[in-house]
Amino acid sequence: MATVMNKDSWVTEKLLLGMSLPDYLRSLLTPFNFIIAAILAVGIPITWIRFTQGIGAISNLSDNNPWGLWIGVDVLSGVALAAGGFTMGTAVYLFGMKKYKPIVRPAILTGFLGYFFVVIGLCYDLGRPWRLPYPMFVSYGVTSVMFLVGWHVATYLTVQFFEFCPALFEWLGWKNWRKWSVRITIGATIFGVILSTLHQSALGALFLMAGAKLHPLWYSPFIPVFFFISAICAGMTMVIFESTLSHRIFGDQVSHADHKRLDDITLGLGQGASALLFTYFCLKWIGVAHDNNWHYLSTEMGNWFLLEVFGFVLAPSLLMFWASRRQSPGMVRVGATWAILGIIFNRVIVSMIALNWDQVDRYIPHWMEFGVTITVITIGVLTFRFIVNRMPILRKHPAYVDDDH
Amino acid sequence: MSLKRRDFLKLSTAAACLGVTSTAHGMEDFKGWPDRYGMLTDTTLCIGANCRRCEEACKKTNKRSLEGLNLSDNSVFDHQRRTDPNSYTVVNRFANREDPENPIYVKKQCMHCNEPACASACLVRAFTKTPEGPVLYNKDVCIGCRYCMLACPFRMPTYDYFDAFSPEVRKCTMCHDRIIEGKIPACADVCPKEAITFGKRSDLILLAREKIRHDPDRYQQHIYGEEEVGGTSWLYLAGTDFTNIGFANNLGSTPYPEFTRGFLSAVPIVLTVWPVMLTGFWKFSKARERQEAGPETDTTVDDEKGWGDGYRHE
Ligand code: SF4
Ligand code: SF4
Repeated sequence: MATVMNKDSWVTEKLLLGMSLPDYLRSLLTPFNFIIAAILAVGIPITWIRFTQGIGAISNLSDNNPWGLWIGVDVLSGVALAAGGFTMGTAVYLFGMKKYKPIVRPAILTGFLGYFFVVIGLCYDLGRPWRLPYPMFVSYGVTSVMFLVGWHVATYLTVQFFEFCPALFEWLGWKNWRKWSVRITIGATIFGVILSTLHQSALGALFLMAGAKLHPLWYSPFIPVFFFISAICAGMTMVIFESTLSHRIFGDQVSHADHKRLDDITLGLGQGASALLFTYFCLKWIGVAHDNNWHYLSTEMGNWFLLEVFGFVLAPSLLMFWASRRQSPGMVRVGATWAILGIIFNRVIVSMIALNWDQVDRYIPHWMEFGVTITVITIGVLTFRFIVNRMPILRKHPAYVDDDH
Repeated sequence: MSLKRRDFLKLSTAAACLGVTSTAHGMEDFKGWPDRYGMLTDTTLCIGANCRRCEEACKKTNKRSLEGLNLSDNSVFDHQRRTDPNSYTVVNRFANREDPENPIYVKKQCMHCNEPACASACLVRAFTKTPEGPVLYNKDVCIGCRYCMLACPFRMPTYDYFDAFSPEVRKCTMCHDRIIEGKIPACADVCPKEAITFGKRSDLILLAREKIRHDPDRYQQHIYGEEEVGGTSWLYLAGTDFTNIGFANNLGSTPYPEFTRGFLSAVPIVLTVWPVMLTGFWKFSKARERQEAGPETDTTVDDEKGWGDGYRHE
């Protein structure tokens, strides 16, 4: 009897946020949840069609355009935006920038979920997703950059799970496990940085194979470096974006002092992201100069390039620079969001617009492809909310208030 | 201290394991096989209209559906067609600038590169350059990422987009099974104009040179596929500039696997340098913190607990 009781209260406390089941269900009836339900009502049937009739049934992917929205947004942008975990881990644990401590946990959670849902999104795109472990266990294509990406994303996902463990174990109340998981922090962080450096740049290196297909303004021997640097920018700006939203939405979980501290953190991050974006901006031009591609700038694709580097790299960089000097966290947030859009824009250009730019048969995503992307993101957000509402991510666990992890 | 070093070693070993996989690529070169076969398509001989017997033979030998295939329907030439999961080869028509009365017909299919981009791109090694010359695909390991399709400079591989359960990449096999049986590829066998010649690649190059030398007015001084992307098993002769008949002239003669070689060889460097450097950063920042905190509050617990526990300070 007693165990049953215990179990009940465990469910109530851990999963239902201390409410009874009917109360909990009633609490779910919010406008936000209705929107989510509507998205899922579309997304689930699309998923069904995808896995019963094939990729072609819901997408405009074709023999000429084998990669599209899912690779450009779900995978390339997803991985870049999930770089926040390793960026913040490095800053705090390796560089000792303790100021950013409060946002490490949410950043790591965002990173972990980001990668996790990249893999989920990838399952729609892969012809035989159930063979995902093949490059790990069955057949090794060691000459392939994709092989490296596959291995490193899988390993990094595991590493991020370990990094997330302290919060998980605090929630479960497993004290010894938690102690153990805190101990591996530095090791996991270092390993994570190595893996991130390699696969973030490898995603760019994938396109080294597309020499004759990718427009020269984007095809560059430096493309791995471009992807890596912009991923760090994406990680930092995404942390700004995510922490702002979290503090708005889950405001009840953080103390007043934390809001103040967040402004401070935002300004610092804005400054860093601004400098990095500016470096990225300069690198892009070095790329143009290196291949002597100046004459392309006056073409139609040149316009896209100018729009990207001025409108979506330089502009947000300057805005964040200006805003952090003016001590305006609000404007830093605007700049960060802008920069995030810019990096998604870059991945979309590389994988969809500048790729096959000279072909007749161009790719435009099917609406159901957007449906898949939105569904995957939505489920990711739901998972994030589920975890933040339950585990000590934004707040500290009462038992570990003084613990510095 | 010693514990720390040991843990550091552990980490580097793990890192090295991840690196080995990427360093081994140097040995994976397809340096080519001296006796491999090839095909030579002479586009000046192909008649195209009312023929397309190669398309039919290809479908039959590869057990593709013949539905909708009407060899006397010449309207198919109104558009450029590409290979698809049901057609491993297609014949297209191009306007003939030199002789407008006689359009040029060009059969295309996988080029069976000497150092195939598809093979080097595939993360599960689904492609093999066989000693006989054909580049073959293994459906049993393919996960369907379609990176091979992105990588192929000729855009030849196709995919079963409408198969949810066992989709495959599909492309010409140069009739490898027939070659093994001592027969010649089906298209070369059936072509009534002998526009497609099967033979040792080295012999075909000599033959092509001979043809050009013999009839320099008929042919361009260029064997397409001799040098392109490091050489292909399938070679072409033409009477007009190859760009007029749908062949890219921007592919260069560098084998495609070369393009990622530089990146892949940087991987082990990152794997060895990064751990050292990052550990250095960490030590440095810890030392600085200690200094800031003063000697009294220095809680050097991590020395007993080992590498990885850095977290006893605010
Ligand atoms: S033409 Fe394309 S598919 Fe054929 S061997 Fe070359 S890279 Fe592979
Ligand atoms: S689609 Fe298949 S054959 Fe092509 S690269 Fe991916 S796993 Fe290899």
